[in-house]
Amino acid sequence: MTLVSHAFRSLRLEGITREFGAMRALSDVSLTVQRGEFIALLGPSGCGKSTALNCLAGLLPLTGGAIWLDEKRIDELDPEDRGFGMVFQNYALFPHMSVRKNIGFGLVSQRRPKDEIARRVNEALALVRLQDQADKLPGQLSGGQQQRVAIARAIVVEPPLVLMDEPLSNLDAKLRLEMRGEIRRIHNLLGCSTIYVTHDQDEALSLADRIVVLRDGRVRQIGTPEELYARPAHADVAEFMGYRNQITTQAEAVGDQVMVTIAGARLPASPIHPVSGPAVAAIRPEDVAAVADGPIMATVEAAEYRGRDFYGLARTADGVGLYFHADSRVSAGQDIRLAAPADRILVYGRDAG
Amino acid sequence: MSSAGMPSLRLRLRNRGLDGVTLLVLPCVLFVVALFVYPFLYGLVLSFQPKDGGPLANYRAFFADPYLYDTIGKTLLIAVPATLLNVVLSVPVAMRVRLMRHQKILTTILVIPITLGTVLVAEGLLTYLGPRGWVNRFLVDFGLISAPIRLVHNYWGVMLSLVISGFPFTFLLTLSYVSGIDPALENAGRMLGARATARFYRIILPLLAPGLAITLALSFVQAFSVFPSAVLLGAPAGPTRVISIAAYQAAFEQYDYSLASAIAMIMALVQIVIVVGLLAARGLVFRGPASGGKG
Repeated sequence: MTLVSHAFRSLRLEGITREFGAMRALSDVSLTVQRGEFIALLGPSGCGKSTALNCLAGLLPLTGGAIWLDEKRIDELDPEDRGFGMVFQNYALFPHMSVRKNIGFGLVSQRRPKDEIARRVNEALALVRLQDQADKLPGQLSGGQQQRVAIARAIVVEPPLVLMDEPLSNLDAKLRLEMRGEIRRIHNLLGCSTIYVTHDQDEALSLADRIVVLRDGRVRQIGTPEELYARPAHADVAEFMGYRNQITTQAEAVGDQVMVTIAGARLPASPIHPVSGPAVAAIRPEDVAAVADGPIMATVEAAEYRGRDFYGLARTADGVGLYFHADSRVSAGQDIRLAAPADRILVYGRDAG
Repeated sequence: MSSAGMPSLRLRLRNRGLDGVTLLVLPCVLFVVALFVYPFLYGLVLSFQPKDGGPLANYRAFFADPYLYDTIGKTLLIAVPATLLNVVLSVPVAMRVRLMRHQKILTTILVIPITLGTVLVAEGLLTYLGPRGWVNRFLVDFGLISAPIRLVHNYWGVMLSLVISGFPFTFLLTLSYVSGIDPALENAGRMLGARATARFYRIILPLLAPGLAITLALSFVQAFSVFPSAVLLGAPAGPTRVISIAAYQAAFEQYDYSLASAIAMIMALVQIVIVVGLLAARGLVFRGPASGGKG
């Protein structure tokens, strides 16, 4: 008995809030998800992303706000009645049931006829390419296969929304890449909406249509992967998106340009908000290059070979550490010159937060 | 055996899990041999050496005399319902307690009856449930019954005492099995549309079944060997003349240790049959880990 129909236009979170005693795990989160969208909730551990997912699932009641599926308010429904699919971090497969029974569980709950269950389970098995493992117990499968069963079990009931709680965090690096592709393939095939919780920015960037960055239970930024990668709205979002160099500096407007001072060198930069005075310059290590005529002088502290190029940490005379990359071998103690293009130095006001 | 190229005996033993630490088992083994194996074998041999008649005379006597063989049925009639009641009651309570935050306080309270011992509990119940006890007074004063009902010195007295003293033990065992089930599995069931009843029968119960078989076996053995409460709270000459009373009377009233040993052996046999049956049934259900992840 699914009370929520597969076809919906949008899911709206209106200021959802969850408190644990005096602790606010989630405060005032608002978001609209369109049908078919793949949304990633991204943030460091403890940012509230799993709480948000559990609230959406109905496993955790809200302490404030509302969730709407089109015109229907669903935040007071039990998880049983929401009809959402969920893939748990530890998969939560029923250990006493075969793969087939696990996948059919939701259809049995809906009291579907036997032949329909068999047919749809077979389709789901084919979708996750597990036809040969159908009669095994979950304990006899590898981690990647268990993951596929968990996904098949969640989607076989054709839920309007699939929730995924860090589903790849228990897999090794190679399998993680493979499953990432699988998840996106299945999402595109089914046309359901997916909300995907992760702390891995690469995963979020590669999977999502839109990324919601959470921090301390609040939304910091919502945007497409490109927006988040190129123009994070806040310094802390930038840091989380891989802008490892966070340099405290002064910004000054010169004509229509903003200049920042890094280790005595004045460099043109790109302000995200209008800024002058105390500022933070955020630069990715990939954008700080060791070049012969770079304006910043520094000494290499540590360097590592990454296959195609070298990454390292260099320190300027006034003690600023800079993560950089170099095309040729650099070694500790070597003096180098560094440069970064103006559009890749993002400047944030220091008190704006 | 030792030839060139073979690892030393010590190394080979260690590979089989035998090293210096293994010796620490020794005191325990001695203890078991001295206090369990020897008395058991002694009793077994003694049971085949009756005062008169052939080796099987005691057993023949037991099964010829309804006053003796009836005790098996009487004991089962008390022990089986008491065990079932305890196990059936303990499951829902454990399911609820599992979610409680102050679990420790409750479990501590429940352990107290175990530490007090059956005799003290039986003595307490004797007054509490007696004709002038609180229970009857309450029922009479509130007009629920007109005359005190008989709750002691009969079947119900023993039954109640077995439930009161057996429940904490059963409950603590069940609680540990229930707590071993990953709560994420229930959440997974909820997300797949299974309501509480369906979740219990489709997820919890199958995972709990092997643990419940062990709980049933242990609780049954405890209830089957009931003695103090059958004497103190029951009718030891009538409906609660359990098998341990028969053994006691043979040993200390007739001074026939051989017959008493035979009765004890029969008692052990009945318990073994039931326990083996329960454990065999356990083999029919899933016995893997009760968690959904890779562990």
